[in-house]
Amino acid sequence: MPDGPAFSPVRVFVPAGQLGAGVRADEVVTAIERGFDVIALDAGSTDSGAAYLAAGVSKNSRDAVKADLRLLMTAQARSRAPLLVGTAGQAGADPNVDWTLEIVAEVAREEGLTPRVAALYSELAAETLKAKNAAGKVRSLPPLGALDDATIDSCAHIVALMGVEPYIAALEAGADILIGGRSTDTAVLASYPIWRGAHAGAAWHAGKTGECGAQCTANVNLGSGVILAIDRSGFEVEPLHPATRCTVQSVSAHMLYENSNPFRLTEPGGVLDVTAARYEQVSEVRVRVEGSVWEPRPYTMKLEGASAGRYQTVMIVGIADPQVLANLDLFHDRMHHVLTRRIERTMGARAGAFDVSLRIYGWNAVTGGPVPKEAAPPREVGVMCVITAESQNLADQMAKACNPYFFHMPLSDGVELPSYGFPFSPAEIPRGQVFEFRLNHVVELDDPLELVRTRWIDLATATEGADA
Amino acid sequence: MPRLRDVCRNVRSKVAGPFWITVDAFFDGAESYRAHHAKLQPAALAPLLQTEAAMIEVYPVEPLCMVKISYPRAAPQGGMVERDMHSGQQYVRLLDLELD
Repeated sequence: MPDGPAFSPVRVFVPAGQLGAGVRADEVVTAIERGFDVIALDAGSTDSGAAYLAAGVSKNSRDAVKADLRLLMTAQARSRAPLLVGTAGQAGADPNVDWTLEIVAEVAREEGLTPRVAALYSELAAETLKAKNAAGKVRSLPPLGALDDATIDSCAHIVALMGVEPYIAALEAGADILIGGRSTDTAVLASYPIWRGAHAGAAWHAGKTGECGAQCTANVNLGSGVILAIDRSGFEVEPLHPATRCTVQSVSAHMLYENSNPFRLTEPGGVLDVTAARYEQVSEVRVRVEGSVWEPRPYTMKLEGASAGRYQTVMIVGIADPQVLANLDLFHDRMHHVLTRRIERTMGARAGAFDVSLRIYGWNAVTGGPVPKEAAPPREVGVMCVITAESQNLADQMAKACNPYFFHMPLSDGVELPSYGFPFSPAEIPRGQVFEFRLNHVVELDDPLELVRTRWIDLATATEGADA
Repeated sequence: MPRLRDVCRNVRSKVAGPFWITVDAFFDGAESYRAHHAKLQPAALAPLLQTEAAMIEVYPVEPLCMVKISYPRAAPQGGMVERDMHSGQQYVRLLDLELD
């Protein structure tokens, strides 16, 4: 870490909680007026489920990501401050990164920009992980147990979460724009300040505070971004929207967000400990934080892996029939029995392993638990039938076979057949595969860059070539 | 006998990675926090969260008058019978927890 009294705080412009969430043009103008050294944000998370990793696709729309990139790449070119994007394309696997790079190249062409782009990839081949596992370098995190080859093979994509080192290496080599694969949200924001010699604990804590943009402000519905200023002993955070403010409460409470431990956060190469952090309101809108500690540890990267499994088809009916509403548990059990028998009878062994799940919305679909005996009947319910089978075609065929029963099943025998309220025709909706996270492990490494690949794309050359 | 919902200004839940759920219970002031936070113990929470007490982590955060409760999901996020992808509704099961 460089010495000297003349260390000016490193200013990180975090324009939004996520690329594609809606960067605000007015906040970009404000940020340029106030000044910054780097633009940093993430573009994804595991929160929305395993589909985006397993399929290698984005959750955000292409147009939304492109609109944000246009604002940020233009700001990058004007300010000459590097632009860092982590966890590109929602999951940060190789196809997610490439999808984002294509948009970056498109914006550069349209706007006449000539940045030097570094793409950081951290997807792992199954064989690479098996070798690490065989060498005893993979540790499980609760609640999962030891890793086996079959679990590794079940994953469609495996990524390792990058820390600050790959970003710092690319900054060192002169990147204007860094499009990172899967990274910790914190690392994307902390890497530039750490590279510039800011206090490590403060940089990591600032990164955690700013990871969701304006979420650390008092009014999360106002504005999108924040500016973090990290110095040699702490950091300050302020919002960009003029009508909101950061408060001691709003900033300290963000350590709680989507985090199992509010005091300690494990990152690649260490642990951020904020137990002794002190928060101070230094202006109407700005909070200063000191006392955050970075504890270096042997280097590890967390792993994420997602599988694409069986296929589902969905049907929905609405029911307002008072008789059914007064006997919903009986109705559920009877319907489940009838649909399962119907599939067995019509398809026999061809059905393979299948599952019928009925969720009664308005009753207990969300909790899945028993409803107290004394509960009053709801006014109406929606019943979702989810059929899971080994192929989409099989799941569709099962839904078609079940359709008349799902539509007409009476509460008891010997009555006229009721007709429940289908909202669609055809009634069955092919939903695609069940995507699941399979890994909750870390890999131990001597070299933080060992599993990372960096690719350079010189859009200046590409543009000249295209123009000539 | 107060229930959790009577002494908290906000209770929320969310995924903390694909394998864990975290619940944040913000008490309605320092007095409520002091009087009741110690009742939020793994043994009392285990039946409601349907997991082993040994797997439940409880973190009192005094400056914020809140308690964070983290526990493993019964099934990893997004499985065949997923009912609450982001676990945003899981706090509800704690609202009627009696605190005396």
